[in-house]
Amino acid sequence: MSTLTEVASGYQASRTLPLRVELVRQLKRRRTLIMGGILAVLPFVLLIAFAIGGEPGGRNSQVTLMDTATASGANFAAVNLFVSAGFLLVIPVALFCGDTVASEAGWSSLRYLLAAPVPRARLLWSKLVVGLGLSLAAMVLLPVVALVVGSAAYGWGPLELPTGGALDPGTAAQRLVVVVGYVFVSQLVTAGLAFWLSTRTDAPLGAVGGAVGLTIVGNVLDAVTALGDWRDFLPAHWQFAWADAVQPTPEWSGMIQGAAVSVTYALVLFALAFRGFARKDVVS
Amino acid sequence: MAAVVVLAGAGTWTAVAAGDDTPAVHSADRVMTVDGVRLDTSYFTAGGTGRRPAVLLAHGFGGSKDDVRPQAEKLAREGYAVLTWSARGFGRSTGKIGLNDPKGEVADVSRLIDWLAKQPEVRLDKPGDPRVGMAGASYGGAVSLLAAGYDDRVDAIAPEITYWNLADALFPGGVFKKLWAGVFFSTGGGAARFAPEPAAMYERVAESGAPDAAARALLEARSPSAVADRIKVPTLLVQGQTDSLFTLAQSDAAAKAIRENGAPVDVDWIAGGHDGGDLEGDRVQTRVRTWFDRYLKGDKAADTGPAFRVTRTGGVDSTDGAARLRGASADAYPGLNHGDRSFPLTARREEQSFANPPGASPPAVSALPGLGGGGLAQLSSLGVGVSLDFPGQFAAFDSAPVAGDLRVTGSPTVTVHVKSTSDTAVLFAKVYDVAGGGSQVLPSQLVTPVRVEGAKAGKDVTITLPAIDHKVEEGHRLRLVLASTDLGYASPTAPATYTVSLKSDLSVPTAPAVTTAAAPLPSWVWWLPLAGAAVALALLLSARRRTAGPAPDPALADVPLLITDLSKKYANGDRYSVRDLSFRVDKGQVLGLLGPNGAGKTTTLRMLMGLITPDGGEIRVFGHAIRPGAPVLSRVGSFVEGAGFLPHLTGRENLELYWRATGRPAEDARLEEALEIAGLGDALARAVRTYSQGMRQRLAIAQAMLGLPDLLILDEPTNGLDPPQIREMREVMIRYAAAGRTVIVSSHLLSEVEQSCTHLVVMDRGKLVQAGPVAEIVGSGDTLLVGTAAPVEEPVAEKVAALPGVASAVLADEGLLVRLGPDGTAQHLVAELVRLDVPVTSVGPHRRLEDAFLTLIGGSA
Repeated sequence: MSTLTEVASGYQASRTLPLRVELVRQLKRRRTLIMGGILAVLPFVLLIAFAIGGEPGGRNSQVTLMDTATASGANFAAVNLFVSAGFLLVIPVALFCGDTVASEAGWSSLRYLLAAPVPRARLLWSKLVVGLGLSLAAMVLLPVVALVVGSAAYGWGPLELPTGGALDPGTAAQRLVVVVGYVFVSQLVTAGLAFWLSTRTDAPLGAVGGAVGLTIVGNVLDAVTALGDWRDFLPAHWQFAWADAVQPTPEWSGMIQGAAVSVTYALVLFALAFRGFARKDVVS
Repeated sequence: MAAVVVLAGAGTWTAVAAGDDTPAVHSADRVMTVDGVRLDTSYFTAGGTGRRPAVLLAHGFGGSKDDVRPQAEKLAREGYAVLTWSARGFGRSTGKIGLNDPKGEVADVSRLIDWLAKQPEVRLDKPGDPRVGMAGASYGGAVSLLAAGYDDRVDAIAPEITYWNLADALFPGGVFKKLWAGVFFSTGGGAARFAPEPAAMYERVAESGAPDAAARALLEARSPSAVADRIKVPTLLVQGQTDSLFTLAQSDAAAKAIRENGAPVDVDWIAGGHDGGDLEGDRVQTRVRTWFDRYLKGDKAADTGPAFRVTRTGGVDSTDGAARLRGASADAYPGLNHGDRSFPLTARREEQSFANPPGASPPAVSALPGLGGGGLAQLSSLGVGVSLDFPGQFAAFDSAPVAGDLRVTGSPTVTVHVKSTSDTAVLFAKVYDVAGGGSQVLPSQLVTPVRVEGAKAGKDVTITLPAIDHKVEEGHRLRLVLASTDLGYASPTAPATYTVSLKSDLSVPTAPAVTTAAAPLPSWVWWLPLAGAAVALALLLSARRRTAGPAPDPALADVPLLITDLSKKYANGDRYSVRDLSFRVDKGQVLGLLGPNGAGKTTTLRMLMGLITPDGGEIRVFGHAIRPGAPVLSRVGSFVEGAGFLPHLTGRENLELYWRATGRPAEDARLEEALEIAGLGDALARAVRTYSQGMRQRLAIAQAMLGLPDLLILDEPTNGLDPPQIREMREVMIRYAAAGRTVIVSSHLLSEVEQSCTHLVVMDRGKLVQAGPVAEIVGSGDTLLVGTAAPVEEPVAEKVAALPGVASAVLADEGLLVRLGPDGTAQHLVAELVRLDVPVTSVGPHRRLEDAFLTLIGGSA
């Protein structure tokens, strides 16, 4: 009886809060379902808009991706990404990564997880992976639904480029994968910011709003051309670099630079989150 | 030879704009009289008095010396003596525009070189012969070429977007380039500003719409091509790709001629041109400077760049919407007919007829000078076409879809048979890039005009199409179009019908040796993420070291809880929440942690759960020190500060997921036992958000008991429970401890701990007041409160105290407080009291503990 027993039977720190469990915890939440619903419905909304408003474009000579929306399913998917990448896709990332820890703190369930005990780094890791996974799922969901809806409405065909020329459906699908991949990587900085804020506050809205707000500030700063080359280090500067993949010859340098900036910020922010949370007094 | 006379001179020190290390530029404006013409000049030098090479910077048509001032100042700072001047008829210079007349503008340059030779800071090759280079764009570029031909003191030149043969430029293929020529002459200020000969020539040609031999002769005599064999200096030729005025063919002719003379020649095709677009000013100026560094300063280390460079469009810059430019280069200039590939124009190979409309209207549209044409022309490299052909006014011949990507660099050629109902036919030949969907673009918006004399009989004509650098995507077709009209050119106004047929394949030049440089990525792309990873790693590693805990103590393996000198002060608190707290809990105890609100009970429990870190002291659970996430916490079940559930999940799901989150086997959970304690019944299948406070409380206690932990911590467990449930809860705790486990219950309510606890820890204001078994704190013996109808007199109390079996009796508010001795009983006491005539109304146990508690924490209430 006097031997040291450190853990209860069957307890292993590395098995706590498995990803599957965290996924179930998050997946059944209303905000997850609503977010998924919005992204799944958006293509239908655009479809109806084009049906009511007629063919897009034609008002000026500027040719944009928007003007080719109804050319094919691939075009429709690209347009859906185009209208969403700037802001709409920031929301799920900020939500899934910003709300994840803060909401547990708000519900007080965080302290029971920590006392279970789920090691703090392990808890953050599971939450981060699931948060990023849900974000990626949101980004995949939108173009996939759009591709299906668009193909049904406008046919399965090559991706007509606004600058002329077209990409055959196979190539177009690859490019859309690249686009989604880049949008995801470029949003890592938002994810990092939201996640870090999430470990700092008990108010989920504060973390989500803070991340979205700072993303908007980044956009505003990027519009200040006086900043010159310093803007290269703003993640917002590269937010449309994925458009380089929707050109006859894909251009990689913008996406590489954007990914470098985003990954850098994200690494530091994630590290800050893990460091701060490891020693934090959890009083909520 | 006319001497140069300086009429007026004024020197000014220009302010230093850039940093301290930038030398100030001294500029001096002078008006010089040459041959009766007053030339407005500026002379720029910077730093030192040593001798240095000179550079003459000439301006473009319609401009003045002020246009090149920024470039002049830059060159001056780089160690050149720079002279700029307004050419005859421009700026404040007098005289008539002679279109770079050898006896006019070109002679002026020689006089300026004479003047430079006399300046003390200009390096001389020999007396009267300064080391001098010339640069300029368009009109200024041509005078550079001409001066190099006419004055052998010029040592190096860098002409930009200029002509080699002005007759070919304005009358290509014998067709008058009316739109550009008109712009050219009106920019000069109209006929009055021109010398009589060129003015008369322009009026004559513009009126007839067709150039004549005299006009050609005049322009050729004033073109660099007239002195082709005398230009023998290193030459950097910069020519524009979107330039329908001075085409790439012009610089090609210059490059061939000058190289034949044995001089080094580099060719650089920039993105823009006279039609507009990006003139790449900074890059070109830098290249011109290194050209002069190499050939004027004699700096052999200066990198003059590749022998041939072409700027290609690499798509749209997604950050600002601008076209992205990239350089492609080769070690040798390939010319315009390098690596020809043949493309049979198979589709509709047969003879085609089309009309030349009366009045040559409506005309087809290609390049548009001055109307943003450059921007449009550049779009063609992105696949956007704005060119226009009218149905019935052109013939089209398509190739098969191109297999593999095709990069056209140079002038395609084709031989066609032309027949016309008129004697003279004028055709406009162009090659479109046709996408799979049928949309077509005209590379650089360029066309080649061809005048065919004697076309009535039919004639074979070999057409050299515009020189371009254009990528044709795989699967696109090449389409040769022969049109009868073009907006930019004068063509016959008499109606006619042209019939054309192909006599050859379309021969397309490629220059595979010209390779696109890899996209220039800034170095931070690599080091920034690495630095970020290093910072992240440093943040994580430095944090990990601080959370390491002390080694476990085997002697305490059976002690559920030992707290030693525990202190905690919250970051925002003004006093210690817990101060020097020490107590011990042994196996099987039900320990009551008692204290008023704010005593530090919850803070202690938070530290016990590893939620907050103590400032001092230590907590050991079963011998293991507690730190955040300590594995020993898996033996502890806790309910602290209310429930914490996911509101969207049901009660059962919450408990199941909580258990799965611990990672322990499902069979260890004892879920059903715990749920029985919660007693929620059907409510377990409802979302927790619908629960009442009491239901959550019970579910939370059930959660704490999941897996039957060795140490159970319950913080205010009876809050929100109704009396039967409170009683039930007490029994649960007592049973739980009876099985050899340990329970810690915190409360501010005495009644709660008194009835269920074996041991007590009393806290107040963060400090331990007393710890020990309940009986010890309560004291030995039983205390009874005797309620009386009327207040009891002091002597009566003394009598009572003297009764056998009574240890003490004191007056209380509502009666007597009697402590019985070891042999006293309540029955005896009541009998004795009645005998003493004490008006007894009630006898009951007195809450001795309450007294103890109040006394212990005295004054805090």
